[in-house]
Amino acid sequence: MIERLKELGDEALQEIKEANTVKALEDVRVKYLGKKGPITEVLRGMGKLSAEERPKVGQKANDVREHIQEKLDEKSAELEKKALEEKLQAESVDVTLPGKEIKRGARHPLTAVVEEIEDIFIGLGFQVTEGPEVETDYYNFEALNLPQEHPARDMQDSFYVTTDMLLRTQTSPVQARTMEKHEGKGPVKIVCPGKVYRRDDDDATHSHQFLQIEGLYVDHNIRMSDLKGILEAFVQKYFGVDRSIRLRPSFFPFTEPSVEVDVSCGICKGEGCRICKHTGWIEVLGAGMVHPHVLEMSGFDPEEYSGFAFGMGVERFAMLKYGIDDIRHFYTNDIRFLDQFKRA
Amino acid sequence: MLVSYQWLKDYVDIKDLSVEETAERLTRGGVEVDMLHPRSEGINNVVVGYVESCERHPDADKLNVCQVNTGEQTAPIVCGAPNVKAGQKVAVAKPGAVLPGGMKIEKTELRGQTSEGMICSLQELGIEQKLVAKEFMDGIYVFSDEAAIGSDAVAELSLRDTVLELDLTPNRPDCLSILGVAYEMAALLDRGVQHPSVTHGQAGESVKDYIAVQVETPNDNPYYGAKVIRNISVGPSPQWMQNRLTAAGIRPINNVVDITNYVLMEYGQPLHAFDLDKFGSSDIVVRRANADEQMKTLDEEVRTLTNEHLVITNGEEPVALAGVMGGSFSEVQDDTTTVLLEAAYFQPTRVRKASKDIGIRSESSIRFEKGIDSGRIEEAAERAAKLLEQYAGGDVLEGTVEVDHRPTENPMITTSSAQLNKLLGMDLKEDDILSIFRRLRLEARVDKNHIIVDVPTRRPDLEMEVDLAEEVARLYGYDNIPTTLPAGTTTPGSLSPAQQKRRKIRRYLEGSGLHEAITYTLTSSNRSNRFQLQDVPGTVDVSMPMSEDRSKMRTSLLPHLLDTVQYNRNRQLNDVAVFELGSIFIGEKESLSKQPHEKQVLAGAIAGMWDVQLWQGEKKKTDFFIVKGILEGLFEEIGLADHIQFHRSNHTELHPGRSADVYLDGQTIGFIGQTHPMVEKEWGIKETYVFQLDVDALLAFTANALFYETIPRYPSITRDIALVVGEEVAAGDVQQVIINAGGDLLHRVSLFDVYQGENLSDGQKSLAFSLVYLDPERTLTDEEVSKAHDNVLTQLQEQVNASLRQ
Ligand SMILES: [Zn+2]
Repeated sequence: MIERLKELGDEALQEIKEANTVKALEDVRVKYLGKKGPITEVLRGMGKLSAEERPKVGQKANDVREHIQEKLDEKSAELEKKALEEKLQAESVDVTLPGKEIKRGARHPLTAVVEEIEDIFIGLGFQVTEGPEVETDYYNFEALNLPQEHPARDMQDSFYVTTDMLLRTQTSPVQARTMEKHEGKGPVKIVCPGKVYRRDDDDATHSHQFLQIEGLYVDHNIRMSDLKGILEAFVQKYFGVDRSIRLRPSFFPFTEPSVEVDVSCGICKGEGCRICKHTGWIEVLGAGMVHPHVLEMSGFDPEEYSGFAFGMGVERFAMLKYGIDDIRHFYTNDIRFLDQFKRA
Repeated sequence: MLVSYQWLKDYVDIKDLSVEETAERLTRGGVEVDMLHPRSEGINNVVVGYVESCERHPDADKLNVCQVNTGEQTAPIVCGAPNVKAGQKVAVAKPGAVLPGGMKIEKTELRGQTSEGMICSLQELGIEQKLVAKEFMDGIYVFSDEAAIGSDAVAELSLRDTVLELDLTPNRPDCLSILGVAYEMAALLDRGVQHPSVTHGQAGESVKDYIAVQVETPNDNPYYGAKVIRNISVGPSPQWMQNRLTAAGIRPINNVVDITNYVLMEYGQPLHAFDLDKFGSSDIVVRRANADEQMKTLDEEVRTLTNEHLVITNGEEPVALAGVMGGSFSEVQDDTTTVLLEAAYFQPTRVRKASKDIGIRSESSIRFEKGIDSGRIEEAAERAAKLLEQYAGGDVLEGTVEVDHRPTENPMITTSSAQLNKLLGMDLKEDDILSIFRRLRLEARVDKNHIIVDVPTRRPDLEMEVDLAEEVARLYGYDNIPTTLPAGTTTPGSLSPAQQKRRKIRRYLEGSGLHEAITYTLTSSNRSNRFQLQDVPGTVDVSMPMSEDRSKMRTSLLPHLLDTVQYNRNRQLNDVAVFELGSIFIGEKESLSKQPHEKQVLAGAIAGMWDVQLWQGEKKKTDFFIVKGILEGLFEEIGLADHIQFHRSNHTELHPGRSADVYLDGQTIGFIGQTHPMVEKEWGIKETYVFQLDVDALLAFTANALFYETIPRYPSITRDIALVVGEEVAAGDVQQVIINAGGDLLHRVSLFDVYQGENLSDGQKSLAFSLVYLDPERTLTDEEVSKAHDNVLTQLQEQVNASLRQ
């Protein structure tokens, strides 16, 4: 009988091996381990055996059963795994197909530049201050040391809306207004971003409307070397730490001394290239020490206070940063242009 | 200001500096050289030739065949210029020569006649048409007799030179002369300045026997000086002078006019030459013009003057508009023999007024307007007299008739090394500062701790201590100023809450798929009254607009955003989603009496497909609810969701059935909707959705502070209902009935289906809502929920006649 059990065991293992579906495997189990199966059959005939043989055969029958069960489990796991693999295979997708596009808009490049510059100056302890776009002649010119007959008024032909009001030609009137509000007490540390307007025909480098950011720092003992320090810190934050600045004497009615600030060319590293007109330097800012007349007119005592002011064109910064060659792009709002600034 | 490098070298020693180095020094010192213009770039092989003979071309009426001696040989040249004659010395481009613009000259044949080169006009040598003397304008240039045959014509014309184009700031009128630039170079390099010669002979007679001067308004004319030069013979000025004038951008006319212009450029002093014989009297009277007084200026125009204008008269009628232009009848002409030379100082404002009113800006008026050196007038007059003697054969009468009301003393500025150092953040010694003043030729003396500077008339821009600080800094070198950070109290920087919220609004809209646009503020009349948020009493109008398109300030952002949709649509870019945040300008009914109200508004325009997933075949056209959803998200983002309502709008520019007004706690703050099809037709666009909101109102509203709500620990009970209501009933109203009737237990209501059609009667629609009941404190019983729910159903029946759908 032991022989017979061994045979049955071998037969069962062979059939398990051949079973390729969960169903076939179940049939094998029923066939060998079911109540009507051959092993049960064998055990039923055990009564004929001697008391000596009976436990041996019983033991063998259990061993065979366990062995079959073990193999059945193994095979079953194997078949399940295979079935899952097939299912996953069938479910697979082409991962190179494009994903579902999440609709996103873009920041206007001028907004991106304004906010970046604001943030740098906020980091340096400045407040962001705004003011009206339609200004009085007083704040736009006179409070900035540009009296009626001043020849420098020619420099900025403007859009008047009445004899006394105009579209501001600069954001500096905000500085005069803010100083007045401080009633002669410093420090005043502000940057003023905003739209300004000048009578220019629109072309690749001129726009009758553009954005400016001007800044002002008034306190006791502000020196020209401080102007240099703050502007260098700003330029290095905006353009990169490897850039340097150069100051050239210039003229603005509301500052004295006045300077033009050049930044070293980032394209050629100062060697000279087309972008910097072969000078190695790019003009980016106008600045200077606040003129005593301006301090005085806004209620600050020039004996006690001094300060510096600076101004920059946002379009120019954006053009340099993104390599844009025509200022009109900023105001045309061509979707193909705007779409490029999603990561600005 | 155009400065010839060769001319500049007459007054300051810059031989060791190249043109480029000179330009660099000036620019770094604050006198910006905008451009360098090499005058003979690309020209070679052009020599002075002598026309030995000149005969009509046998086969061409308008051509001549000339035998031209160029030193090495005499060769035939065919020339079409009407003024070519035998005996002339001319500029000959020999075969192989290159002219400006790259034109190459070859030996050639013209109608059977050999031509070995070309006789050149000045224009062909690169001189602008407007600078060519009248007699050579339509033909070749003719040299004076002194020019050596075979010599370099380019050198003969002083074209081996570079012109520095200065971009002068308004505070440096002292550099509006070659001598002024020489002073600047001398200061930068610490060198000397060489003035030109002014010595001349003197005729026996005194000028006082010829003329008298009277100035009626000395404030307008602090100095008037007149000299008389007799026996003048008018003719061309010397070659070198013509060359220099051309370099300075001035056309040579005749020796008398050229000399006044030459001294103008040299000294920056405007001069005027009258023909004394035609002057009409021996009395020069300077006065204000009478109202409506007329005069004919030398351009033969009759000008009507006002008493804001200053005129030079002969006692009766004006002979010149002071500092701007001379009169016609006293003009120097070919037959002039006696010249009255005026050298004066006219008040800048007076000249600016006249120049502006008459519409003429001349080299003279520009200099008067910006302020001339009142201390250099007499020297300039003597210089001109000397040149008239030398180059126009004149006899200079003794003396000058003058009326002088100039201040006798120069202004003084007191400063100190301590103050200058404090302002600049430097540590200069007094001697360093004094040496800078010496280089600038500013007389300075030290008095205890102070430095007192005598400001020369040459530098009227120096008025205060800070002006001296700039002089010190720029001569010392801006590069040598140290870099420091302010030592005062530190302040925290920040954005205001409103500025933060505006950034938040922008970020949200970008994240929602809208591109930010920036459009122009100025607009046209027919765009300026469209899509307004509220009644606008008046627009803000530009007094003198550059064009109708930019004549008014916008009262709405939408017209230009619709232009943006149209612009893109015209380029096959149909899917557009843009927003703009900016100001609108609200004027008054009549003209403005104060600054207009500037209101911040937010607007958007969305057209075309909203969502396109090409390969998956999904497409979603923009509709009302996409745009509404964006706004609802925005209100949530800034904490206003619970305060906003949408009600049907009657805005005439919007689709009547697809538009709503937006309310913030009952106040209208904007609108949303599809643009009216008539508007779409007008703009040439397709179905477009827009919105516009009053940002000031949004920013003024303070949302409740954000506090978290406990996450419920007890289960909620959900009841779904499908209602049948009349199709005119607004879903929002139905929802409001449910919310009001549901009481405290009703936690949430959401609409999940809207249906109209089969199985419903005409004029009816079905709305399905999901109601979630919850008590955060305990588990609800079915009974409690049913009680609340029944009340909802009853109220729905009563208030909106809603029945449960069977
Ligand atoms: Zn470069």
